Amino acid sequence: MFFTYFGQYLLLLKSVFRRPEKWRIYWKEIIHEMNEIGVGSLGLIAIISTFIGAVMTMQIAFQLVSDLIPTSVIGQINRDSSILELSPTITALVLAGKVGSSISSQIGSMRVTEQIDALEIMGINAPGYLVLPKILAGVTMIPVLVIMSIFLALLGGLVGGAISGAVTPADYISGITDGFIGYTVAVALVKAFVFGFIITSVSAFKGFYVRGGALEVGQASTRGVVISCIAILVADYIITALML
Amino acid sequence: MIEVQNIHKSFGDNHVLRGIDATFEPGKISLIIGGSGSGKSTLLKCMVGLHRPEQGKVLYQNEDFTRMDFEARIPIRKEIGMLFQNSALFDSMTVEQNIIFPLEMFTDMSRKEKVDRANFCLERVNLAGSNKLYPAELSGGMKKRVGIARAISMSPKYLFVDEPNSGLDPETAIVIDELISELTEEYQCTTVVVTHDMNSVMGIGDHIIFLYKGKKWWEGSNKEIAHSDVEELNNFVFASPFMKAAKERF
Repeated sequence: MFFTYFGQYLLLLKSVFRRPEKWRIYWKEIIHEMNEIGVGSLGLIAIISTFIGAVMTMQIAFQLVSDLIPTSVIGQINRDSSILELSPTITALVLAGKVGSSISSQIGSMRVTEQIDALEIMGINAPGYLVLPKILAGVTMIPVLVIMSIFLALLGGLVGGAISGAVTPADYISGITDGFIGYTVAVALVKAFVFGFIITSVSAFKGFYVRGGALEVGQASTRGVVISCIAILVADYIITALML
Repeated sequence: MIEVQNIHKSFGDNHVLRGIDATFEPGKISLIIGGSGSGKSTLLKCMVGLHRPEQGKVLYQNEDFTRMDFEARIPIRKEIGMLFQNSALFDSMTVEQNIIFPLEMFTDMSRKEKVDRANFCLERVNLAGSNKLYPAELSGGMKKRVGIARAISMSPKYLFVDEPNSGLDPETAIVIDELISELTEEYQCTTVVVTHDMNSVMGIGDHIIFLYKGKKWWEGSNKEIAHSDVEELNNFVFASPFMKAAKERF
């Protein structure tokens, strides 16, 4: 069963990356999707990242109760956790729910109302026209959101630490700047790129092959989110094992 | 001209089409009729390439469409217009954008030429001025007419229509039938209509194919159908007591 679906997924991807009929029309769609995925998710990701950063600072401070450890370490731990794991993974899991379900249900509705059949009869490569702009928008906008998420998580940590008294702003800033390794950001961006691809392609796949009516579209959307989340966690483990 | 030769199509254990042969002539309206599950829509989908038959051929001007790959099918697909049962208009686009869409994809027409063509198609289906409306703002009959306008935007050689009158009141259904008839005449296209509607059968059925249990059971014209002694056809066409009485008087 798994191999049947995986084979079908690969065949869909093969069709998705066929040469577009007209780049100008695809470009318009890509810009539209970048706006939907990127700008449309900005507020949610900003709120989540800021609060996670603030909470992380307080929890690290709570666990590091020792006179032997300088409080600037709180900033260091928060920085590395946010860059390497929390920002890419939490952002991706949240977007799998928000963006993934929207993609599945949009494409699924088009399938059950014969709009995809209409595209195919016109001679348009339906997987390319419907899925390629979403994948390209996902792999460009999700890394941007992750960068923003890292920045806001660190800012949230600064504010949360200062308000709670867990760490002074000066110690925190010294912690996040000391011993910073740029490579960790590269790891985060690789993760974001892969997660962006997984979220958009898996959700589109579940929507594209839906059969039935509104009920099946809802079920496909849920399955798309679940499979995306599992795939994100597996990919997270593999990338971490390979790159660190 | 479209030729269908020995088409077989199954879904799992369900053998839906069992060796259909038929020829569809240009400038004529061919109606495919039959009860639910008889294979009408499956045959139509095999003809337009949405289903791949296990056996048999669909020939467009003697070219085997069934064995062509995606790229090879594109030139024929550009000559196909199709009206779907539920119109299948793109929800996110306005009426004008729906009609212009195939032109944007496959032609190098200027913006003005495309809008002019959309206006012409809309006038042709009596919907002039509805350019900026979205499908959600249209009635069932208007959606069908926009679907027809989109189907004719590329001046098709082949026009496929799936259940054009489903969900429409009798008056609107006649308007749609007349429109299909006029467009077939105007573009001299090969028109294939799948329908349940007996008014369409009697009104525009130049050539009728009756499917029963996945086979072509009867073929003829609307003038011949009333005199047929094929029991299955008579049970389908003259199912109601009113139609039975009408046949007896005829």
